[in-house]
Amino acid sequence: MTRILATARSEFRISLRNRWVAIAVVLMGLFALVLSAAGSAPTGELGVDRLSVTVASLTSLTVYLVPLLALLMSFDAVAGEVERGTLPLLLTYPVARVEILLGKFLAHLTVLAIAVAVGFALAAAAAFRSDAGSVEGLPALWRLGWSSILLGATFLGAGYALSSLARRPSGAAGLAMGLWLGAVVLYDLGLLAAVVANGDGWFTTTAFPFALLANPADAFRLYNLAASQATSAAAGIAGAANAIPIWQSAASVLVWPVLALALATAAFRKVTP
Amino acid sequence: MTLTLKISALTKTFAGVKALDAVSLDIAPGQRVALLGHNGAGKSTMMKIILGLIPYDSGTVEVCGGRPGAPAARAQVAYLPENAAFHPALTGQEQIAHYLSLRGESPKLAMDLLERVGLHAAARRRIGTYSKGMRQRVGLAQALIGKPRLLVLDEPTSGLDPVSRRDFYALLDGLAAEGASILLSSHALTEVEARTDRILILSGGRMVAMGTLADLRRTAALPVAMQVTARNGYISELAAALPGAIRVEGDLRLTCAQDEKLPILARIAGFGDKVADIEVVPPSLEDIYSHFSRRDGQ
Repeated sequence: MTRILATARSEFRISLRNRWVAIAVVLMGLFALVLSAAGSAPTGELGVDRLSVTVASLTSLTVYLVPLLALLMSFDAVAGEVERGTLPLLLTYPVARVEILLGKFLAHLTVLAIAVAVGFALAAAAAFRSDAGSVEGLPALWRLGWSSILLGATFLGAGYALSSLARRPSGAAGLAMGLWLGAVVLYDLGLLAAVVANGDGWFTTTAFPFALLANPADAFRLYNLAASQATSAAAGIAGAANAIPIWQSAASVLVWPVLALALATAAFRKVTP
Repeated sequence: MTLTLKISALTKTFAGVKALDAVSLDIAPGQRVALLGHNGAGKSTMMKIILGLIPYDSGTVEVCGGRPGAPAARAQVAYLPENAAFHPALTGQEQIAHYLSLRGESPKLAMDLLERVGLHAAARRRIGTYSKGMRQRVGLAQALIGKPRLLVLDEPTSGLDPVSRRDFYALLDGLAAEGASILLSSHALTEVEARTDRILILSGGRMVAMGTLADLRRTAALPVAMQVTARNGYISELAAALPGAIRVEGDLRLTCAQDEKLPILARIAGFGDKVADIEVVPPSLEDIYSHFSRRDGQ
C-alpha cells in the first residue's frame, strides 16, 4: 500500500507540473458552464427542475469529455516510461507491476475526480441561481458524478493497456484516439445504422440492448438517463434506456473499470524492458 | 559464506545470435568484479538477466539465494542503468524520496543520500535541468538505498569527471568493506584498474578472461618493452650485447617475452657504470584488454 501511495504521490505531482490538473479542471468547468447557459431555454415547459435538465446535458458532455481526458492522461503511462528509459530501473525495485499501475491509476483518477467535481459544482451553482427547485436534481447530479469517475476509470485502464501494447508514446496516442473515436462516436453510429437496416428483426430486439451494455460509454449514458427524472429532456438513446433494466446498465458501469484495469495489468506484464 | 551471485553456463540467444554463451561467474560478499567488453559483448544483457528484467535460455542464475527478479532478490539488489534517466518534472529530492518509499525506507533520507553523492545543492531543482553527470549521481544515490547486498552498475562512471570518478570508487570501497558485492561494467580497463578484485572480459558473448589484473597480465604474456640509456661512448658496446635492440636517438629500445625479462636485465646490469639508466615498460592495460577482446577476430 505504501508503494502504491508513493507512486500515486509522484504521479500526481507530475500531473500538476505537466498542467494536466489545470487543463482537466478548466475544460470540465468551461464546458459545464457553457452547457448550463445553453440549456436555459427549455426550462419550465418540461415540468422538471433546472438542475435535472442540466444533468441530462451534462451526461452527453461527460460521455465525450471524460473518456477523452482519461485517455490523454493515461496513454503515456507505460510507453512514456519505456521511451524515457525509466522503466528498467523501476522494475528492479521490489514493487509489483500491478502496484505501479494502481499508483498511477489513483493519481490520474484523483485528477479526473477534481475536474468532474469542479465542473459539476459550477453547473449546479448556475442551476440553483435561476431555479430554487433545483434541489430535486441533486440525486441525479450525484449519480452522474460517481458514474463519471467510474467511466473515467474504465478509460484510464484502457489507456494503460494501449500504452503497454504500443510501447511507444506516438503509437499509444494513436491507439488511444482510435479507441475514443471508436467507443464514443463511431460505435453509436454503427449501432444506429444496424438498427435502421434491421428494422424490427433479431438485431434490434435481442442484440441491440447487449451491444449498448457492452460499451462502457453507452452503459454510462443508459444508466444516467434511465435513473434520471430527466429522461424526457434527453434525445437519442433515451428510448432504449427505458427498455433495459437499470441494474444491468449499473452493473456494466461498475464492472468495466475492474475489467479495464485487469486488461491493463495483463498487458503491462508482457512488457519486457 | 554464501555467495551473493552464482551463475553457471548462462546462455541467452537473441534471434539466433548468441548474446551470452555458457558464461559462469560467482561473486562472494564484499567482492568487486569488473565486467569489460566492447559494445554488444553481452555486458548489459548479462546484467539484465541478473536483475530479472529479461529471461534466459539455459544455465542457472542464483541471486542472493533466489531466482533473479523474485521479490526477495529485488529487495536486496540495487541497479544503476547505463545513462540513468528520471522523470524531468520531479526534483532530485522528490525522485529519491519516491525510490526510498518503494524500498520501504523513510523518504526523509533523500537529502542524506544526495549529500553522499555531492548533489545536495541541486536537490530541489528539477531533474530536467540536470547535466548528464548530475543524473548519473541521482542514479548512484538511488543505488545506495537500503544497504543492498548486490550492486549492479552498468557503466557507472560514464559522464563523471576524474575527480567524481575517484569519489565514486571511494564510495564503492566503503560499500564493499561493509560486505556488499559489486558488479560493474566498463569499456576501459584503465578505469577499473586497482579498484576491483576481479576482472572479467566478455567478447561476443563468451567469457574470454577472468582473474585479477596480475592474472590477466600473466596469461596474456605480452612482450615487455625496455629502454636502455648508455653512458657516453658505450652505446655500440651495449647494442652488440643486446641482439634485437634498435637505436633511437642515443637510446636502445628492445622488446622481449615475459620470461626473458630477468635474464636480459641481468645482462644489462652486468655492464655496471656503462649504463646510465634503464626503464622497463610493462604491457599497458589497453594492450592486455585488446589482446583478450580481439581473440575472436573482432
